[in-house]
Amino acid sequence: MSFPASPEDTGRTPIPPVRRKGRVNRRVIPGFGLTMGFTLTYLTLLVLIPLAAVFLRSAGLGWEDFWKAVTARQAVHSYKVTFGVSALAALTNAIFGFIVAWALTRYRFYGRRLIDALVDLPFALPTAVAGIALTALYAQNGWIGQFFHQPAEGVERSAFVTWVGQFLWPLGIKTAFSLTGIYIALTFIGLPFVVRTLQPVLEDFDHEVEEAGASLGAGRLRVFLTVIIPSLIPSILTGFSLAFARAIGEYGSVIFISGNRPLDTEITPLVIVKALEDHNYPRATAVAVVMLLASFLLLLIVNVLQRWAESIGQARN
Amino acid sequence: MSIRAFNLHKTFGNYKALDDVSIEVPEGRLVSLLGPSGSGKTTVLRILAGLEFPDRNSGGVVEFHGDDVTNVPAGKRGVGFVFQHYALFKHMTVAKNISFGLRAKPRRERPSKEAIDARVKELLELVQLDGLGNRYPSELSGGQRQRVALARAIASQPRVLLLDEPFGALDAKVRKDLRRWLRLFQEEIKITTIFVTHDQEEALELADEVVIMNNARIAQVGPPQEVYDHPASPFVIEFLGNVNRFTSGVGGPSKAKATEGKGVLYVRPHDVDIQLDESPHEYALRSKIQHIFSAGNYARVTLKRLGYEEPFEAEISRARLRELDLKVGATVSVVFRHVRLFADDRFLESDVREDGRLVEVT
Amino acid sequence: MAAILSRVRHDTVPTTNSATTEPTWVRWLLIAVTVGFVTLFLVLPLIAIFFKAFEKGLIPYFATFKHNPAYTPTYNPADAVNSILLTLKIAAVAVPLNLVFGLAAAWAITKFQYKGKSLLVTILDLPFAISPVIAGLIFILIFSRTHGWLGRALKGEGLFSRWIQHIDENIISLKIIFAFPGIALATIFVTLPFIARELVPTMQARGRDEEHAALTLGAGGWRTFFTVTLPNVRWALFYGIILCNARAMGEFGAVAVVSGNLRGQTTTVPIFIEMLYHGYGSDVNAFALATLLALLALVTLVLKNIVEWRVAKSREA
Repeated sequence: MSFPASPEDTGRTPIPPVRRKGRVNRRVIPGFGLTMGFTLTYLTLLVLIPLAAVFLRSAGLGWEDFWKAVTARQAVHSYKVTFGVSALAALTNAIFGFIVAWALTRYRFYGRRLIDALVDLPFALPTAVAGIALTALYAQNGWIGQFFHQPAEGVERSAFVTWVGQFLWPLGIKTAFSLTGIYIALTFIGLPFVVRTLQPVLEDFDHEVEEAGASLGAGRLRVFLTVIIPSLIPSILTGFSLAFARAIGEYGSVIFISGNRPLDTEITPLVIVKALEDHNYPRATAVAVVMLLASFLLLLIVNVLQRWAESIGQARN
Repeated sequence: MSIRAFNLHKTFGNYKALDDVSIEVPEGRLVSLLGPSGSGKTTVLRILAGLEFPDRNSGGVVEFHGDDVTNVPAGKRGVGFVFQHYALFKHMTVAKNISFGLRAKPRRERPSKEAIDARVKELLELVQLDGLGNRYPSELSGGQRQRVALARAIASQPRVLLLDEPFGALDAKVRKDLRRWLRLFQEEIKITTIFVTHDQEEALELADEVVIMNNARIAQVGPPQEVYDHPASPFVIEFLGNVNRFTSGVGGPSKAKATEGKGVLYVRPHDVDIQLDESPHEYALRSKIQHIFSAGNYARVTLKRLGYEEPFEAEISRARLRELDLKVGATVSVVFRHVRLFADDRFLESDVREDGRLVEVT
Repeated sequence: MAAILSRVRHDTVPTTNSATTEPTWVRWLLIAVTVGFVTLFLVLPLIAIFFKAFEKGLIPYFATFKHNPAYTPTYNPADAVNSILLTLKIAAVAVPLNLVFGLAAAWAITKFQYKGKSLLVTILDLPFAISPVIAGLIFILIFSRTHGWLGRALKGEGLFSRWIQHIDENIISLKIIFAFPGIALATIFVTLPFIARELVPTMQARGRDEEHAALTLGAGGWRTFFTVTLPNVRWALFYGIILCNARAMGEFGAVAVVSGNLRGQTTTVPIFIEMLYHGYGSDVNAFALATLLALLALVTLVLKNIVEWRVAKSREA
């Protein structure tokens, strides 16, 4: 045994006595000053000051000019389009996203892994690329658009398209360069949010709770409605809010498919861009303030919802 | 190296984890911090290690060998710490884990590569893991991981070894083996050691001295035998081993015969005897047998006094059980050999003689 | 589809208890809806990109990037190559900066306790929450030569003019908006949270025990970080980097606002795709360029799945 007989024999330097006066660093893990300092500086320079610029500039407008800019007819109409269509798209995603998340976590079928991987495509695919791809699909002559649009004179459609078309053409739905087009683009970009919010919750969902419900004599529908759904509601709402928040700010994928007609299919981000192109900075800034306030509010709502979802998760564990 | 810590206060948010705790550990001792979860024992250990600090301006001081180390960071205290869940570096081999502290030394203090390898080999032998140096922690059993964590903690020859619930995550058999092994190990290297546990058996068997904690305070300090035989409070007597608790209807060691409303009578199950005589003496209790459990040399008999609902336990030898031929449902007499009455904030201890006379023990 | 459905299994719950599983027809319906929804919104657009790009054969595809006498596009293909180079340069600036920031922020957030942490996390999320158009606008409001604070101050106007006493010729000639620095700033802004957001939950889940162990063994902050923390979070870090990179290369809205669309100089790939699509080139050219970004997205998805698989494996061990 080569251990020293007594710790005193180690001959190691004794612990340096530290009797410093005043404040001492009492954080166990080092690096607080460095990382916190860097983080705050970076965020201040790149996020806080630039965002403050928008509010300061709009404050410079004066209340009357500001109000005039944000309530201009074109702007107000764009809010209706942006918020209305975004809500519809987020709702669609809440419903279909739930089904997708459910199928991906509960069932095993061929192609499940592939579909699971593809769900993130709208995160990874640049919005401009998504925009032109969706436009190509849903335009009058696109693979999907042809089912909805009566072909122009002299254009031949396949028998299948014509057969389906006899039911869909008379409806007069325009799948591109219309509000429907915006809805399609916003549904695309919001798709992952609900799925990815729900998936981990469904995976962690305790089967015993369902089995308990079943053992108490409840049927599947009853277990689903009274046991499963209530504990998923905060997560569904979180996913909905995230998809909605993303949709109201979306620009790239929408402008290709929307047609961008003022007072018709113009979204609010485009109003800002057009104002910038016209060098109408007051209007751009004022409308941006409206958008920012909406985004902040949504961020707040998402935070509250997430806390709610976590508290349910903890109560269950 | 001796350890002294006094006036330790620690609050986490609104939660008071330590409320004026002081402890003293002489050099080379093996001390156990014992208490239920949430009693603050782990916080004491972490403050000694420098992984937490006492509340600001609360006057808390930690001294190692007379030096104030209250503000010395964890890495400079010369402390070996074994974490409850070991905190092994999962991406490093066992050997790399053990040599981490040696390799982390400043260049001029760092041993040569050969010396480090030799030290790792020596430590692997010491913790009986020869030849497993190239394994990863995920390839080891719980007991093996525990010993790697121990080897890692002592690799740099710390002068204090701190262990947080060292056997908590192990199954019963491994736990007992490791416990004995740790005792021998500590005697061999004579390092001042403090370990935290909530298992009273573990603490009593292993430690030279036991520090019992409850509700952020120290409840009692002393050698295992002493704290077991002379508990300072109802908490300690109830926490250390099984005890029967009577609040009414029995005679006590005080002059008053009944203890109604005046105090609580404590009797260890092994101080309870069962007799077939209908009335051996005036303190005997007529009771009905509810349940008999026997395993090993002892049998545990659960009884209820006639007219009372609260059950109590007697621990008698298997031989005695056979001799009395006890059956569930039978009514028997129960006498106590040794009782403790807690009243007026203190214990009165008495032996009970065979004729039923009480002899006060002080 | 029939092949998919015929192989439906349900292995999360081994028994076919009617109260803990759905009837077979419900399961098939939900899987069909999932497959249909994902095909319509994710698979078809992806196929459309490649189909459109190669619709006219290989020659027009490659002529998009390289001069080819057999097929002359209406623009200089060198500009397409330049846009690719610019995109690479932007990513080369934005990703490393956000990498350093992400590591610092994750350390500051997960290794210490302090008041205001949730506010810090919320600020960190801001760039995700606001419209990319506004991300561009904020830098115009600060740096634009005609309408920004800095530009106007340089001309002796506006809020900050009195701070700038000596106007250096170099500062005046430094162009930020409609130039590389502006595009880089906007890209850094929109990709700022990615790496931090991947690291924070992973570091949180791992706790601080291993760092504490390293510290009690005498390791310093940097050694602890490089030998203990970093190896533990390497997969999350890697995933954060590829996500950040994908977004940096694909960002459209924010860059569109600050780019100024100077061909070959300030057009990133997504901007150039838009220009091609809107008549500067042909649809084939636009989709040909888009295939690069679509491939990048697919590679990102594949890497993401590899990372998740690795993480799941290491968790099992």
